[in-house]
Amino acid sequence: MNATIARLSFQALFGRRRGLVLMVVPALLIGLAVLIRALTEQGVGYELVDNVGFTLALPIVALLASSAVLGPEIDDGSIVYLLAKPVPRHAVATSKYVVAWLATLAFGAVPLLVAGLVIDSSDPRRALAWLVAGVVAGTTYSALFLGLAALTRHAVVVGLLFVLLWEGLLGGLLRGIRWLDLGAWGIEVGASVSSLVPPPGTGLTYALIASAVVALGSVWFAGDRLRSFTLRGDE
Amino acid sequence: MSTLVLDAVSRWYGNVVAVNGISMTVGPGVTGLLGPNGAGKTTLIALMAGFLSPSAGTVTLDGRQIWRSTEVHRTIGLVPEREISFGYLTGRQFVLANAELHGLADPGAATERALGVVEMTEPAGRRIDTYSKGMRQRVKLASALVHDPGVLLLDEPFNGVDPRQRLHLMGLLQRMGAEGRTVLFSSHILEEVEQVARQIEVVVSGRHAASGDFGAIRRLMTDRPVQYVVVSDDDRRLAAALIAEPSVVGVTVRGVTVRGVTVSGGTVSGRGGLDLAVSDLGSFAVRLPRLARDAGVRIIELTPTDESLESVFAYLVST
Repeated sequence: MNATIARLSFQALFGRRRGLVLMVVPALLIGLAVLIRALTEQGVGYELVDNVGFTLALPIVALLASSAVLGPEIDDGSIVYLLAKPVPRHAVATSKYVVAWLATLAFGAVPLLVAGLVIDSSDPRRALAWLVAGVVAGTTYSALFLGLAALTRHAVVVGLLFVLLWEGLLGGLLRGIRWLDLGAWGIEVGASVSSLVPPPGTGLTYALIASAVVALGSVWFAGDRLRSFTLRGDE
Repeated sequence: MSTLVLDAVSRWYGNVVAVNGISMTVGPGVTGLLGPNGAGKTTLIALMAGFLSPSAGTVTLDGRQIWRSTEVHRTIGLVPEREISFGYLTGRQFVLANAELHGLADPGAATERALGVVEMTEPAGRRIDTYSKGMRQRVKLASALVHDPGVLLLDEPFNGVDPRQRLHLMGLLQRMGAEGRTVLFSSHILEEVEQVARQIEVVVSGRHAASGDFGAIRRLMTDRPVQYVVVSDDDRRLAAALIAEPSVVGVTVRGVTVRGVTVSGGTVSGRGGLDLAVSDLGSFAVRLPRLARDAGVRIIELTPTDESLESVFAYLVST
């Protein structure tokens, strides 16, 4: 962990337009929740938290945050300024991860709690369960997408395909996908907080271990890619 | 005092060989890395800075392997050709971040010192995206100097920099070299290199074409067969006189074209002119006017046809 890298990453995230998009997503979610609450009974439309907030908004926020802290600097080669330093490359990756992770929690996971409470304030435990699910899934999503950003310059496209096709479409059709579904593991952990969250059925232990393996493995991978970072000229 | 050693270094990307078996030693003082665009200069600098693994051979700094070592960056300062994209930072914030990343005891003082060296103290409070090319170049240099490195590597540092700032930068590099630092910079312009560097390494098409003192390199580049086109009012008489000259190794009469055709520049080249091959440029330049006067021939046009740097380099490679 390196405070300077973290500070620069934070500035890279919020000093550009992408940072604003990061705030638009949770604002839309909470706005929708307020609208639903105003037009319907308490507790109606809770699917918003699950189907929109957790399945769509959270991974998109994680994808935007993780690719913003690393992608542009690798694309234009300006990351050499950070790497031409006696700072271990794994520390660079970890510092960038921490910034992306905090942004994902703030703009992806916490809005789940807020939206849940807006729609149904009578059962805070249910909203809390979605917050827990969001924290777990946000942790793995942001790590995985950081690894992707270190691997390919098409990280955003690959990440979207993973979220929409693999987890969204195939995950809905084939139950076996849940064993390789970051979102499902998060819900599994959330389900242990409130019975109103349906568990996908991988078991709590598997969900926790798999999440930890993906998160740690991805951040380590990103650091390893940075160790082999190659500077190319325009020629 | 630090010395960079490249030993039989090659680097290829798939089928493309970017650097081909180069051995060189870069010691204290200023060294110019000269070569046309695409010769592999950036690849060489990336290898020296630890941002590329050699496909074969070794790159070492004072005996230590450079690739995948984060510690070498305490000794190396790198100024890449790429623009800094940290436009959302001020120059001072950017240099300060570099100082912090080096873990310096007093990053603030080191930042001000580096900004002072490149004369950027005053505009350092502005965001980088408001800077001119020359100012960006100087901020990049400040960020590379902030930890007082023994080795300074610069990739095309004078590109796009206006003449006044160029002079300032050149003076700066000379001072760094005189202080005993190992300074290496790349350029594709001979005049630029010989103004700053005593030692010149020439790279062409990934190969080490020449190495030595700037005077020797200059001679190597100017004392070569040169092609000219000369147009006069009596080409054949001039040709007869020219072929008697020892410095002229070939004369060909060009095909006669339509009379009275005006070429751009206002010269009349209705006659075809002569293609000349000259072996000794110096004595030819002295002899030609006298020879023309003695023969009673008026020279209308004299144009070198292969003065481009590429042809100079091509000649160096073929010898």
